[in-house]
Amino acid sequence: MSDAPEPHKDIDSHSGVETTGHEWDGLKELNNPAPRWWLIVWMLTIVWAIGYWVVYPSWPTLTGHTKGIAGWTQYDKLKHEQAEITQRQSGWLGKFHKASFAEIKQDPVLFEFARAGGEVVFKENCAACHGAGGEGRRGYPNLNDDDWLFGGTAEDIYNTINVGSHSTHPNTHAVAMPAFGAVMGREGMLTPAQIDDVATYVSYLRQPVASEAFTRGQAVFQQNCVSCHGEGGIGNRQMGAPRLNDAIWLYGGDKATLVQTITKGRAGVMPSWQSRMSDDSRRQVAIYVHSLGGGE
Amino acid sequence: MSLFETARKIYPRRVKGTFRSLKWLSMIVLLGIYYAAPWLRWDRGPHVPDQAILVDLVGQRGYFFGIEIWPQEVYLLVGVLILAAIGLFFATALLGRVWCGYACPQTVWTDLFVWVERFVQGDRNARRKLDESAWTLEKLWKKTLTHLIWLLIGAVTGGAWVFYFNDAPTLFSDLWHLDVSWSVLGWIIALTLSTYFMAGFARENVCTYMCPYARFQSAMFDKDTLIITYEAERGEPRGKHKKGESWDGKGHCIDCDSCVIVCPMGIDIRDGLQMQCISCGLCIDACNSVMDKIELPRGLIRYDTESNQRQRRDGYRTLDIAHRKSGKTVVPQQKMRWVRPRTVAYALILSTVGSLMLTAIVLRPMTELTVNHARAPQFVRLSDGSVRNDYQIKILNKSHDDRAYHLSTQGLPQARLEVLAAGDETVETLHVPANSVASFRVRVDTPEATTHGRSDIRFLLSDTQNPAQNSAQNSGKTPESARHDSYFIR
Ligand code: SF4
Ligand code: SF4
Repeated sequence: MSDAPEPHKDIDSHSGVETTGHEWDGLKELNNPAPRWWLIVWMLTIVWAIGYWVVYPSWPTLTGHTKGIAGWTQYDKLKHEQAEITQRQSGWLGKFHKASFAEIKQDPVLFEFARAGGEVVFKENCAACHGAGGEGRRGYPNLNDDDWLFGGTAEDIYNTINVGSHSTHPNTHAVAMPAFGAVMGREGMLTPAQIDDVATYVSYLRQPVASEAFTRGQAVFQQNCVSCHGEGGIGNRQMGAPRLNDAIWLYGGDKATLVQTITKGRAGVMPSWQSRMSDDSRRQVAIYVHSLGGGE
Repeated sequence: MSLFETARKIYPRRVKGTFRSLKWLSMIVLLGIYYAAPWLRWDRGPHVPDQAILVDLVGQRGYFFGIEIWPQEVYLLVGVLILAAIGLFFATALLGRVWCGYACPQTVWTDLFVWVERFVQGDRNARRKLDESAWTLEKLWKKTLTHLIWLLIGAVTGGAWVFYFNDAPTLFSDLWHLDVSWSVLGWIIALTLSTYFMAGFARENVCTYMCPYARFQSAMFDKDTLIITYEAERGEPRGKHKKGESWDGKGHCIDCDSCVIVCPMGIDIRDGLQMQCISCGLCIDACNSVMDKIELPRGLIRYDTESNQRQRRDGYRTLDIAHRKSGKTVVPQQKMRWVRPRTVAYALILSTVGSLMLTAIVLRPMTELTVNHARAPQFVRLSDGSVRNDYQIKILNKSHDDRAYHLSTQGLPQARLEVLAAGDETVETLHVPANSVASFRVRVDTPEATTHGRSDIRFLLSDTQNPAQNSAQNSGKTPESARHDSYFIR
């Protein structure tokens, strides 16, 4: 490379830069070459890219894609990482496997382990019905409150997860609220007037009022409902019959809903999770649900 | 016509003078600070590292003498960045590109590398000849030695950097025994190579093509900013000069090219202020020694401001020839206007941000509380009608001893507070180990009668063991507001 200017170079008088000789409407293109190192870096990136194609899977083919000589796949990576996680967990899992619910509750670290695992399992399997935070919705119990149809200790919850309600499990919780009204051509056990009265009675259970309908409803209740819901509507866990004198309603506590419930009956369904989850997962979920705040 | 141009290699010549000495001095001071800083100790008591400046990535803490930075306080880093940026602007507005010329690591290490090159291979002409000559044994050993020393400096640089992230003496002895992790080794290698390439090869190209600051520094310039100037009025017309010849009709620049030859950026300052010029002042030193030799006043190239230059140019035109020749009055005293709207504004921002940060650091509490309301469910109605809200609370205990805290609420008199945790933790004594964060789930129940709509409550946290000492530090309680939902539902 020589610094001496060549004889017939066209030099732009303003910038002192040589032109390329191209001219448009009196405008000349200056010759400002890009730096050589820039070219080299650019070429290196091309070489890098080619190397990448060789080493890693990259190009689609008719039957799939090029495999790359490193044999790397995302699935392998995932498998590897999952194996690592399982490996890391196995220590805690072993401990968890042997501990009782009471022991777990006393060990903060083990408890946190169980709760965190249970939360993941819950979000994957239970949230669809019970909500992401176990908040429930109409017909699906809220797991944060202190009302439990089948008991709210960790053991009770674990049992409910195992057997479900109206599920295929032989020991499933199976008692249903019968339909007291006339449905599908069948004659009702109660007349619409009686149903209306008993609905009035139930909706006022928390703050009883002296009205005729209330008294009439009370009589109907005594005859038909006490066997399951108990005296004054205190509920019955054995039967899975809800408390009626509290502020929590699974299907709604307004009178219209109550009339509907009494007329048509209710039977909530929850599948049995015994065959769908490992025992450790079921125990973890039980602990998680118990820790939501309403556990007994 | 060529599409790509090889970078012209620059062989800056040695120069002596005020600014060269200044540059040596700043190099020694800056490198000294850089290498020594990780070795300073600072006693913080047991269980905490005693390195004065340490970025503890594993423990997630930053230590700077008496200041301890938690991950929650990285906002302080924003303050530091603002300070650094405005500081740079301030210095630029006052003194031009002092940062580039004297303090920028790229400049400092390049300077050092050029010095090594000169030490082994000789000055400008010798270096150029060596590069152009065929490969001889002499060329081989000189080149090899240069690159070896460069690599060594690079390694020492990379080594010093990792000391900021580990306990320096321990790491040093580990390095000595070749017993370090791959990440440490990887960083040393990466920084060695980057120093080697940046200061050995890329050099001025970094300033010209890669550095964003070089591109926008002109926005911080005004007529009163110090820049390196060539005094065209005095220098032109330039031309060769023989001793004893008359100066009539000639400018003072003798076209000796000294200023061009010493420039590490390879530019000719006589063409005017250029983006590439890092204001290192070496061309001043070069030209001054030329002026000394030909017995003309110094300052043909000088640090000056645009307003001064213009003023002098106007004054110069009015001087008569005799005066011009004497040279004495050619250079009137230069005036600096330090106080200008721009510098005042920068100074104001600097002191405001600085004092804000100082206040934040001094007043920050040793305990911090954060409260998050649970989102799903927003609230829960219990069977007796009362309303339950769930909160996730986090307690930061920044002190160096284990503490127990008492949590209470304000705003709902009949609220019942309960902590959900394994073991026998209660809201009266929430244990948080020294220097750590603990999180708890807390639920607040309020009776049906007192629940209507949404109310604001405050969580208060106080240290149970020594409320007095604590109150001196953070007024006894760390309040945190939260929303408390209790809509009536059926
Ligand atoms: S022109 Fe002068 S001040 Fe600017 S970089 Fe070159 S030697 Fe340094
Ligand atoms: S060093 Fe001074 S005299 Fe020599 S060419 Fe540069 S400006 Fe002119």
